[in-house]
Amino acid sequence: MRTTLIVARRELGGYFATPVAVVFIVIFLALQGVLTFNLGNFFDRNQADLVPFFNFIPWVFLLLVPAITMRLWAEERRLGTIELLLTLPISLTQAVIGKFLAAWAFCAIALALTFPFIITVNYLGHPDNGVIATGYLGALLVAGSFLAVGSALSAATKNQVIAFVLAVAACFVFAVASYPVVTDFLSRNTPALAGFARGISVAERFQSFTRGVISLRDVVYFASFIGFWLFLNTVIVEHRKAD
Amino acid sequence: MTALIEIERLTKRFGTFTAVDDVSFSVARGEVLGFLGPNGAGKSTTMKMLAGFVTPSAGTARICGHDVQTDSLAARRTLGFLPEGAPTYPEMSVVGFLQFVARIRGYRGGELADRVEAAIGMTTLASVRLQPVETLSKGFKRRVGLAQSLLHDPPVLVLDEPTDGLDPNQKHEVRTLIARMAPEKAIVISTHILEEVEAVCSRAIVIAHGRVVADATPAELASRHPSGKLDDVFREITNAPPLAKAAA
Repeated sequence: MRTTLIVARRELGGYFATPVAVVFIVIFLALQGVLTFNLGNFFDRNQADLVPFFNFIPWVFLLLVPAITMRLWAEERRLGTIELLLTLPISLTQAVIGKFLAAWAFCAIALALTFPFIITVNYLGHPDNGVIATGYLGALLVAGSFLAVGSALSAATKNQVIAFVLAVAACFVFAVASYPVVTDFLSRNTPALAGFARGISVAERFQSFTRGVISLRDVVYFASFIGFWLFLNTVIVEHRKAD
Repeated sequence: MTALIEIERLTKRFGTFTAVDDVSFSVARGEVLGFLGPNGAGKSTTMKMLAGFVTPSAGTARICGHDVQTDSLAARRTLGFLPEGAPTYPEMSVVGFLQFVARIRGYRGGELADRVEAAIGMTTLASVRLQPVETLSKGFKRRVGLAQSLLHDPPVLVLDEPTDGLDPNQKHEVRTLIARMAPEKAIVISTHILEEVEAVCSRAIVIAHGRVVADATPAELASRHPSGKLDDVFREITNAPPLAKAAA
């Protein structure tokens, strides 16, 4: 555990030692602001909640999270530091989880910096802050899911652009799987898959969090989703590390 | 003399290409083994297998009795490894990077600081300690990699081209350092500089096309050619086509 946190700490320090952190956080906050207040009609709705904010967050993460994960392993392989890291006395699992935790903590920092939205909505009305809290928890789990996908795909290539594009594509699949476009198409052609598609959708699970519902099923879903992709991540690193 | 490094019939195949072919040797405490061979002969791959980074296709390697595959964490704790090209995290400062490695190696508090200072002292990095690694010259970067491998005072050192990119003074310093550490450790260094082998190595292994083609002291090796020069011997034994050698 201690070793995992040492890896995480180094990785997180790396974000702030480069412009990555500042650029990411500024763009994330600007996008969320524009989307919530302008496209989301935050004021015209005249309701004291953060529904527009949470509606957009999976899509913003879809675009920005792969930008964090693309360098996670691809960069280590390109620089050759993977050889250093994996010949230190740490297990591969510790390295994978450490890097994932760093990226997740970074997303949590970015999310925490959206606190002015909470202040705004509390100043203007009397929102249900419990619902807002579960929404944030859901957003963090969505970020974790996309990070796990992106991290695994980053291990598959030395090229960061390829890692980014693959991660956006894969996250997109999990984001839209429950949308009518997909489920209608599937129920017409392969009905068995329609239910499956809804079941694996990240967006569908996130919706219940934004309504203030934390169900055990959803939590188990996110935990196993992240666990599965991190497991895949270790398999890919083990297989490709020396290529 | 106890063998701290034992390599038995180590083989690595990439598809149909055999990079390392049935290599066996052992290195005892007090020995400095020079690992020689042309580019692509399999030196780095052998060292990567020894460090547990590359999984061998066949054969085993042990460091201080720990199998690098089945008991890899124990093996890595006793190993100081300088990977090919001395990779380091470019955005970290010299001290920050060494502290990270020291923490991973389990040091804390005062001992951590002492270890980092000792490694900086041995590799004369004091003047650049707070600089980000990416701003350093090639020679300094190499020494940061070297400092990382020496940090925990390991009984076994595996250094892939430790003096590559250093100026003559720095080369001399690193050789002096290796010679000073030699009595208590088993050291393997790969190099293209043959004079280095004569200066610091007590034994030399020449590898070509993935096979060991010579294993002797530098002086013995040099005497195999009428000129008595290591360069000539090296050229002669590594230029022969692999099939002709197998037949002979």
